[in-house]
Amino acid sequence: MALDRCIALVFIAICLVYGWTAWFGMDGSLPPFMRRNPVWPSSFPKVLSIVGLLIGLAVVLTQPPPAPPKEGDIDYRRLTDYKLGQALLLMGLMVAYALLLRPLGFIGSTAGFLIAGAMTLGERKLHILIPVALAASLSVWWLVQEVLGIFLRPLPSFL
Amino acid sequence: MMEGMLQGLMTAISPFNIVMVVSGCIIGTLIGMLPGLGPMSIIAIMIPIAISIGDPSSALILLAGVYYGAIFGGSTSSILINAPGVASTVATAFDGYPMARRGQAGKALTIAAIASFCGGTIGAILLMAFAPALSSVALLFHSAEYFALMVLGLSAIAAFAGSGSVGKALMMTVLGLIMATVGEAALFNAPRFTGGVQEFQSGFSFITLAMAMFALPEALYLVLDPNRSGKAGEGGGEIRDMRITREEAWTIAPVIGRQSLQGFFIGVLPGAGATIASFLGYAVERNLATKEEQAEFGKGSIKGLAAPESANNAACSGSFVPLLTLGIPGSGTTAILLGALMSLNVSPGPRLMIDEPDIFWSVIISMYLGNLVLLMLNLPLIPYIAKLLAIPRNYLIPFILFFTLMGSYIGQNNATELLILVGLGLAATVLRFADYPLAPLLIGFILGRMLEDNFARAMQLYDGFGFILERPMTIGLLVIATALVLLPSYRARRARLLRKGVAQGD
Repeated sequence: MALDRCIALVFIAICLVYGWTAWFGMDGSLPPFMRRNPVWPSSFPKVLSIVGLLIGLAVVLTQPPPAPPKEGDIDYRRLTDYKLGQALLLMGLMVAYALLLRPLGFIGSTAGFLIAGAMTLGERKLHILIPVALAASLSVWWLVQEVLGIFLRPLPSFL
Repeated sequence: MMEGMLQGLMTAISPFNIVMVVSGCIIGTLIGMLPGLGPMSIIAIMIPIAISIGDPSSALILLAGVYYGAIFGGSTSSILINAPGVASTVATAFDGYPMARRGQAGKALTIAAIASFCGGTIGAILLMAFAPALSSVALLFHSAEYFALMVLGLSAIAAFAGSGSVGKALMMTVLGLIMATVGEAALFNAPRFTGGVQEFQSGFSFITLAMAMFALPEALYLVLDPNRSGKAGEGGGEIRDMRITREEAWTIAPVIGRQSLQGFFIGVLPGAGATIASFLGYAVERNLATKEEQAEFGKGSIKGLAAPESANNAACSGSFVPLLTLGIPGSGTTAILLGALMSLNVSPGPRLMIDEPDIFWSVIISMYLGNLVLLMLNLPLIPYIAKLLAIPRNYLIPFILFFTLMGSYIGQNNATELLILVGLGLAATVLRFADYPLAPLLIGFILGRMLEDNFARAMQLYDGFGFILERPMTIGLLVIATALVLLPSYRARRARLLRKGVAQGD
């Protein structure tokens, strides 16, 4: 099945879970004085779940077969022809950055992210890369901390 | 009105705000020139900075400057290396790039700068004329009409903005609306749909969502397909002779005039925006041109360059009309601006002009300043700015990724937010693979809260769904909304059946 129909099926599943919660899961905990209100916290989600289901079904049932990809667009059926490994590695680096930001401190993790990111893409001139990454992390830290006044822990937590 | 205008003028020409306009334009031009980064991504990246300024007028002035700068920067890379950074400057490359290859890059950039300047300025004048009139009409609207108007806006966006099918665009809109109901609602202050996750208590963060929908997929596309970064060095030759002759000026003057008007009105329509304005402008001018001139189009015609450039800038001003007067964004970019304004405790709408005239007018006046700054800055600096196109992508991509991470981290100060960002970004990339438009999702998300508030208020006033039938304007707007959605799908279906040779029912 084409990717766009799969996505529409996932969307229908989301609508079902969402609608189930809105129709049967939320109203029980409503305090009695709010029950006389014409609109409940679940009213709008109830409408949305039905509209969403109808649209999702319409897309699954009537979606024409996908057109061949346009010039310059990425064809997901031949994903391995592209630099998929690099893209996945970079996503992994972003997750690592998120997990290491607190323990490693801003400067260390940012410089590390920039260096590792550029090396993933094939950069090998470390004598340029390392100074650029360090300068960038220091200046962004300074900007955020001093100019915007938002606290960022610069150094690892054990220092 | 005069008083408000003067107040706005005073705000806009305060030294700090002039610095904001100038830096907004410079940042926008510099980043907009990088292939693959559109105004939506750039504005999303700039929002945390704008919000931390604190003053809503200055923040909006900065962001509007970035917006204009990004559009102009996009045309520079279209002309020089045939790599439009922005969808709305694709039409610029049709004639701009052939001119550059003929060695007329300087002239092409000058024409682009002048056409953008005129388009932007005429757009700002029209905005001044139309916005107050529209907001006085909008003051007559009640919550029931607002609800219907937002439904109309959302369906118009789905009907016109979708690259492929209306159904897909509508699906994304509903997904955005669903995401907006996660967390505590304003009217009921009880958490909904959080699934017990603490981070969802306050709902999804709009900045994280904007980054995940636009900046991250762009960056990943650049990684996946190195050809998208454009072939650097191809047009990197010297730029000289930027003057245009008197005859050339006379040739393009009527084009610029017509396209500024047309572009502005297309920009006002929800969902249309600068991209359609530029393509339509190009097509219209091509039809109006004489036979000899028509042959020139696509091979380096100055008319073909001036038309999309003035149209897209005028459309940018036009897209501010629904934002400032109704509080309803007509495009992804203005939706992001609306989100930024709401983070600054300003709610755009018909009351904005009355309650906070300094914000309203200072934004409009800063548009003139922004256009002036772009013209003065870019004409002499173009040859130097163009050097930026030589930044190697090995450096560019990690920095783009880092700025998206930083943007969502600064907003929330929470590392979990970064994981949400990566997850949503991956989902957005998959959606983009399958040709689902992402702007409707973000617009749905931003309008979701307002839509539900107005829905709830109307339900309370009329004690149920009666408001739909009791107010003729409400039902009228809802009928138009339904027609907008159903007509294109009906026509597409009929066209498909005709192609298959199936007889028509009627």
